[in-house]
Amino acid sequence: MDLILGQFLAGLSFGSTLFLVSAGLTLIFGVTRVVNFAHGALYMLGAYFALTFTTALPTTPLGFFGGVLLAAMVVGAAGVIVEFIVLRRIYSAPEIFQLLATFGVALIIQDLVLAVWGPEEQFAPRAPGLKGAIQIGTAFVPEYNLLMTVVGPLMFGALWWLFHRTRWGTIVRAATQDREMASALGVNERLLFTSVFALGAALAGLAGALQIPRETVNLQMDLTILVEAFVVVVVGGLGSITGAFWASLVIGVLHAFGIWLLPQSTLVLVFVVMAAVLIVRPYGLLGRPEVATHVAGGLTQPPFRVATVRERVLAGTLIAAVAVLPLLLGDYALVIATEMAILALFAASLQFFMGHGGLVSFGHAAYFGLGAYAAALVAKSIGAPLAVALVAAPLAAALAALVASFFVLRAHGVYASMLTLAFAQILWSIAVQWVDVTGGDNGILGVWPPTASRLAYYLLTLGTVAASLLLLRRAALAPFGYALRASRDAPERAEALGIDVRRVRWTAFVAGAAFAGLAGALQAFQKGAVFPNALSIPISVDGLVMVLLGGLQTLSGPIVGAVAYHGLSTELIRHTEYWRALLGVVIVLLVIVFPQGIVGFVRARASRSR
Amino acid sequence: MTTRRELLLLSATALVARPAGAQAATLRIGEINSYSTIPQFTIPYRMGWQLAVEEANAAGGLLGRKVEVISRDDAGKPDDAIRLATELVSNEKVALLAGTFLSNVGLAVAEFALRNKVMFVAAEPLTDAMVWEKGNRYTFRLRPSTFMQSAMLVEEAARLPGKRWAIVAPNYEYGQSAVASFKALLKARRPDVEFVAEQWPALGKLEAAGTVQALIAARPDAIFNVTFGADLPRLVREGNLRGLFPRVPVVSLLSGEPEYLDVLKDETPKGWIVTGYPWDQIATPEHAKFFNAYYKRYNDTPRLGSVVGYSTFTAIFDAVRKAKSTDTEKMIAALRGLTFSTPFGPATFRALDHQSTMGAYVGKLDQRGGKGTMVDWRYADGRNYLPADAQVKSRRPAEAMK
Repeated sequence: MDLILGQFLAGLSFGSTLFLVSAGLTLIFGVTRVVNFAHGALYMLGAYFALTFTTALPTTPLGFFGGVLLAAMVVGAAGVIVEFIVLRRIYSAPEIFQLLATFGVALIIQDLVLAVWGPEEQFAPRAPGLKGAIQIGTAFVPEYNLLMTVVGPLMFGALWWLFHRTRWGTIVRAATQDREMASALGVNERLLFTSVFALGAALAGLAGALQIPRETVNLQMDLTILVEAFVVVVVGGLGSITGAFWASLVIGVLHAFGIWLLPQSTLVLVFVVMAAVLIVRPYGLLGRPEVATHVAGGLTQPPFRVATVRERVLAGTLIAAVAVLPLLLGDYALVIATEMAILALFAASLQFFMGHGGLVSFGHAAYFGLGAYAAALVAKSIGAPLAVALVAAPLAAALAALVASFFVLRAHGVYASMLTLAFAQILWSIAVQWVDVTGGDNGILGVWPPTASRLAYYLLTLGTVAASLLLLRRAALAPFGYALRASRDAPERAEALGIDVRRVRWTAFVAGAAFAGLAGALQAFQKGAVFPNALSIPISVDGLVMVLLGGLQTLSGPIVGAVAYHGLSTELIRHTEYWRALLGVVIVLLVIVFPQGIVGFVRARASRSR
Repeated sequence: MTTRRELLLLSATALVARPAGAQAATLRIGEINSYSTIPQFTIPYRMGWQLAVEEANAAGGLLGRKVEVISRDDAGKPDDAIRLATELVSNEKVALLAGTFLSNVGLAVAEFALRNKVMFVAAEPLTDAMVWEKGNRYTFRLRPSTFMQSAMLVEEAARLPGKRWAIVAPNYEYGQSAVASFKALLKARRPDVEFVAEQWPALGKLEAAGTVQALIAARPDAIFNVTFGADLPRLVREGNLRGLFPRVPVVSLLSGEPEYLDVLKDETPKGWIVTGYPWDQIATPEHAKFFNAYYKRYNDTPRLGSVVGYSTFTAIFDAVRKAKSTDTEKMIAALRGLTFSTPFGPATFRALDHQSTMGAYVGKLDQRGGKGTMVDWRYADGRNYLPADAQVKSRRPAEAMK
């Protein structure tokens, strides 16, 4: 009994922390519709500031909690700066751009923290006044944990009061329900957005600051909490603070019992919970269907057109040049060129259903990684030749997409995106934990192509990728592509015209996954190995960045994006300590200055000068 | 203490300042490690190898050439490490590869070494597979493996009266390898023990309250801990608060290393039986010489990483001198059976499995002036903690022993 109580209290204190982080996240989303990827970084910033302040202030309870509150306020101010410099400029852009901008901000904050506080992890002393533990039955519960279990509910009460008993809160709720109506009624949108972002950031900062007596403060803490906070927000229902509260408690407690009863389950448990909730309630526990917001102009695209003879000759020459070029360069350049080709296919497969189909995937790595694992497994276990592996990979990925599409395509907007993320995370944790089959973190080594020549493998890759890209391009220009874009822009009208919207979207999703799987297989043989990283969030984000860098609504964008992004990131990693910040700046600038991507920009310039 | 900024500056100059025009003449060594993910170990490690390189160059270099180390950060990812290894070998034309911390990264680079026929001297990855099941003739490993360190700890663990053991270990190659060795060795000495609970948190993601509660729930007589890095302080503080420590004795891998004690400070759990490095108490002339040189150079005390970085590179230099060449086959021949000196005393790279016999210090944790330290320690020489040759041969591929 004591044990169950102890485990329950452990779960509640974890849930409390989750609530503080996710309350800010859901609040920001509800009002501004921004999926804030920088929220974990703000949490981390809170922890680091609290460390500095509590060390400087006297070690009394007043000094400690004063330092914690001060840290939260400083992070709130940092939130204002971020809102002012970055987000304010892109509220009318599609949400994927906002997501990327906040991702860029997160990278910049990470490197700022690295520059200011250094890479070593730090461990704060216990909280003054709460250094001991209280005996409950035979179990000891740390006093600080008990405090944490009440902080969550207290903060929930305070927020409830704020939103239901103050004028500002009423406005926030109104804007959460219908932003445009609130604006039409004379609410100062700018001030509202800034204040909401400040509050959300301060809550994240507070959560981080309160963690320091329990956690080492380190540079990895942002991503760990971010993913869990996203899950809480989605389970609770986007924009619903009450939903986030209950979701945090449920997930916190389940997590604690999971550790006790099924220790291996912890990596995947939260995602299984999320998937289960979203199947029963597609908008989360307390979420509401999104009010269709009118997206400001600039998104209507000129229709795609078939390439002219001149352009075809140009493209052919280009492919030939790319095939010959590495002959002049060394082995390493060949490796990079091979990787670029693979990533171009990966980006194009993502763009296929994201650009044309309008479904933003946060988990495209699932199919890339699955393809890589499938290829490696058939090659290693039954010694299948390369050609068989290259067929098995897209089949496996398509099969997985078939399963995923059942869940994903029923949901809408950000919920659908979060389900793609959940699916990728579940596959990732299987790859990490099913050691007998996947080798766990060791991955599968020794997956080599039959030829030792890097050039031969490059040419094989280039050929496969070029053929796949042409196929994808053909599909986009065929009636299928038009039907897909029609389903994206005006599903009701498309339906009325006799297009089977569901089937069109479903086909695009599965086809995109299959090509991602093919890219994964090529990658496996190129590295000679597969690791769980292939399924991880950073790979999915890389895909998004490449597509947007090249231009979401262009056909050649993914290729240009992949080449530019991979070239940039590998060079930055080699030559600078602060490559994350540089990459972050590039992403933010890209979103603000070149929202149409490189290819879109070039095309716009060309048509203007014509 | 040297400030971090100075360190970064220092390493930056070491990386950037290649003597102009001397490129063709330098002897290049490629180095890969998880500098951004495991800085508390790898930054002292880098200071260690830089000291070794400076000493070698001050003494006129190797084979009449200056030594130049090209260093890269793998960010803790095995796939990045493979790409960087390709870059170092084919672009930078390095003569051999060295480094790595995490076991999965080390295994990936070892596989690369085999495929590309390049010598690789692994510094820190501890998994037994590095030199046994997945060993190959191009890969050598400096530090005592999980088998060796477990064997050192099992001597002490077997003397504990308790029969019910619980385990907490990070869920990846290093943790799995350490637990497998520890269980087998302890069972061999004490057939009466049973393992009543196992906690396998993902590396860096240990949720302390739940994990400690679960360990308490299993009512163990003793605990074997393999967690390190960010996970260890969480586990220790929560365990101290909840009365798990020091009530239940703990046998713990690596926790006596200054890297981890630096972080734990006054939370250091007294009485834990650990492997580590009591840098402030070793009085041998080899260690004094290293300690003084290091302190003079950096105005900071060495961590275990410093010893590992320094010893890895001095061993490489000795091998190159003995081989009189940077030809891979000649270097392998030279490194096999090579006895070299380390701050811990002389060690040998065994010809049989390419494992060095460098040992570790075994002792108990204690606190002095609010900081963690080791007491009742002894040096456990690695050569005494390796299994019989026949057993090694049965675990190592025949190809690797040619």
